[in-house]
Amino acid sequence: MSALSKQAEQITTVTPRKKRFELNFSETLRYRDLIWLFVTTGFKTRYKQMLLGPLWAVIQPLLTTVVFTVVFGNIAGLPTDGAPKFMFYMCGNVLWTYFSSCLTGAADSFRSNAYLFSKVYFPRLVAPLSNVIGNMINSGIQFVIFLGFLLYYIFSGGIAPEYAYLWLVPLLVIQATLLATGIGLVLASVTIKYRDLKMLITFGVQLWLYATPIAYSSALVKEKIPSLYNLYMLNPMASICEAMRKVFLGTGNFSVKYLLISLAISVLFFLLGVAAFNRAEKTFADKI
Amino acid sequence: MEKDVVLETKDLVKEYRLGQIDTGTLRGDLQSFFARLFKKDDPNIPLIADQYYDVKHKTHRALDGVSISIKRGEAIGLIGANGAGKSTLLKLISRITLPTEGSLSYRGKVASLLEVGTGFNGELTGRENIYMNGAILGMTKAQIEERIEQIIAFSEIGEYIDTPVKRYSSGMFVKLAFAVAAHLDADILLMDEILAVGDVKFQDKSLRRMEEVANEEHKTVIYVSHNMTTIRRFCSRCIVLEEGKVVYDGEVEEAIEVYTRRKKLHYSTQNDVSEAPRRYCPNRLMRKVSFTECNLPAQTDCVVRDLNNLHLQFKLIAKEPIENARLKVTFRDSLEQPVASSVSPPLNVSEGESTVDVFADIAAMKQGSYTVGAALMQVSSFDIFSNYDNVEQMCFIDINPDDSGLLWAVRTWGKIALPPLRIGGERLE
Repeated sequence: MSALSKQAEQITTVTPRKKRFELNFSETLRYRDLIWLFVTTGFKTRYKQMLLGPLWAVIQPLLTTVVFTVVFGNIAGLPTDGAPKFMFYMCGNVLWTYFSSCLTGAADSFRSNAYLFSKVYFPRLVAPLSNVIGNMINSGIQFVIFLGFLLYYIFSGGIAPEYAYLWLVPLLVIQATLLATGIGLVLASVTIKYRDLKMLITFGVQLWLYATPIAYSSALVKEKIPSLYNLYMLNPMASICEAMRKVFLGTGNFSVKYLLISLAISVLFFLLGVAAFNRAEKTFADKI
Repeated sequence: MEKDVVLETKDLVKEYRLGQIDTGTLRGDLQSFFARLFKKDDPNIPLIADQYYDVKHKTHRALDGVSISIKRGEAIGLIGANGAGKSTLLKLISRITLPTEGSLSYRGKVASLLEVGTGFNGELTGRENIYMNGAILGMTKAQIEERIEQIIAFSEIGEYIDTPVKRYSSGMFVKLAFAVAAHLDADILLMDEILAVGDVKFQDKSLRRMEEVANEEHKTVIYVSHNMTTIRRFCSRCIVLEEGKVVYDGEVEEAIEVYTRRKKLHYSTQNDVSEAPRRYCPNRLMRKVSFTECNLPAQTDCVVRDLNNLHLQFKLIAKEPIENARLKVTFRDSLEQPVASSVSPPLNVSEGESTVDVFADIAAMKQGSYTVGAALMQVSSFDIFSNYDNVEQMCFIDINPDDSGLLWAVRTWGKIALPPLRIGGERLE
């Protein structure tokens, strides 16, 4: 009860203006039970009345990886920096699935909660946050499968990971999260006004996949079109992907310079996303 | 903020832009942008708009400098006509939207019961939805667990609590939703006419529960309603809003008096409705024609004496000639509930300004105050109608009690008198 009476004393003041980069984490934290409920409900509704249920979380990336291995690896015969083809594509796929679902989920955070947002107040940040957490769990499962395969390859001698850089992995995940959420939030704010941009999101993410070394290696870009390589590496996901492969598979052309640029771009997008989200949040209920 | 004050607003203003602000698609906005750039006609601006309401710059103040201060344990009734700003005020207090000017502060937690059942997920069971709904309204899991048995008992759902709510009847749904809302742990509770849920027995139970919340749990309740009976029963103080301003703040009976008197002031036989709020108008049709005036040319005041021949005159402005439209006149009671409607035979509206005179036979309607609304409809060959324009509130009329024949008890008999009963086996052809 002491927590309750303390809350009761708290004074909230609402004024027309809101700080641009404000993220009210302490308030959002008080709604942690809601975040968790959003996450679990997301899983429950996603897998209810389904034959295979949560197995889809595993089947999807595995199948994509198999298809990539066959199409790009075997039929097209693209080089994979000397790493086993299957692992090369799986590493990219798990990462990309996480990134793209984080992005599209964040981009949908206003639209999918429009009804709720226009009826009750809770920190709007709850929506993108629970989206990230849900995707982390989903991709976490995929990551465990990936680790299983990785262990097999390590013991059979096919792969030698860079153990010294393992600490980099959580940072890379955070970076990808910031980037995806940032871009997603910008898109979420813009799609309130321009609904047709929603079409662009699915399409854009698909195009982005081809601009990222998921289905091929960036070394190939360097070799075939060296003049565009610098521009190509400005894609923040390219560096994240190469860094991931470097750590887990011990191959690829990882460069600190491009990773730092990528980090800067990611943080920039995240700040932009937060500012856009705060701006949109103010008048959202009046606009839909 | 003084110690016993739980909610305080200072010069609260909420401004809305009128009309369609932009086209909603990037293509449309770019089109408009280039049209302006090359000084051509913007294809996306409705024609009537630039003549009657300047879409680009017109704003509407839903709230215009509201300053109120509410103490702990008060049960406040918020009354006012439709569009007076009641719901906007609740929206601001519940932080769904931010004010344009001014500020508001409150102590503790605000929970809004604006819409019962908000956030119910059909796939989840009743129990899971209680957790979900409670969390959305700001409770923690522990707080919900503390009172979940109480909520289930109140909702009368019983054994169905572990069934997905998509299989609930609408009555069960609403009962469960109210049960959650009524057991919220909040310092300030906002309610927008939610007590009208479920059957009569449940309504009474809900009302008693709300009295308990206010009187025994010493929570502050702000209650919006058109129903003066519940306001009288439930509130300790009343605030009357009119056109976004507080016109009275204080004693309940006095407030109801002020509200009824104020409403009468608006009675006029000539009403400009070109800027009145519109409802259910798809933009495509709305651009063609719009009501500008609604008059009672045969009368000097709003008391209708010749009930068989209520003369209503509508003025319209049309962008293009319209054929086979139908005019519908709807009468609403003081609670804004539709009482009766009358539809005209197909009529044509010529381009430009025009006047349509109609006579309505409202002899079946009994004493009381009614709001007259009108819609111009397009009826398709499948008998589906869509509105060119629809204004729910155009003017008021009063019908005095009939002093010949039976005294009609409107409250228990209803507002409409059907033709007399025929005794025996006499049948109409």
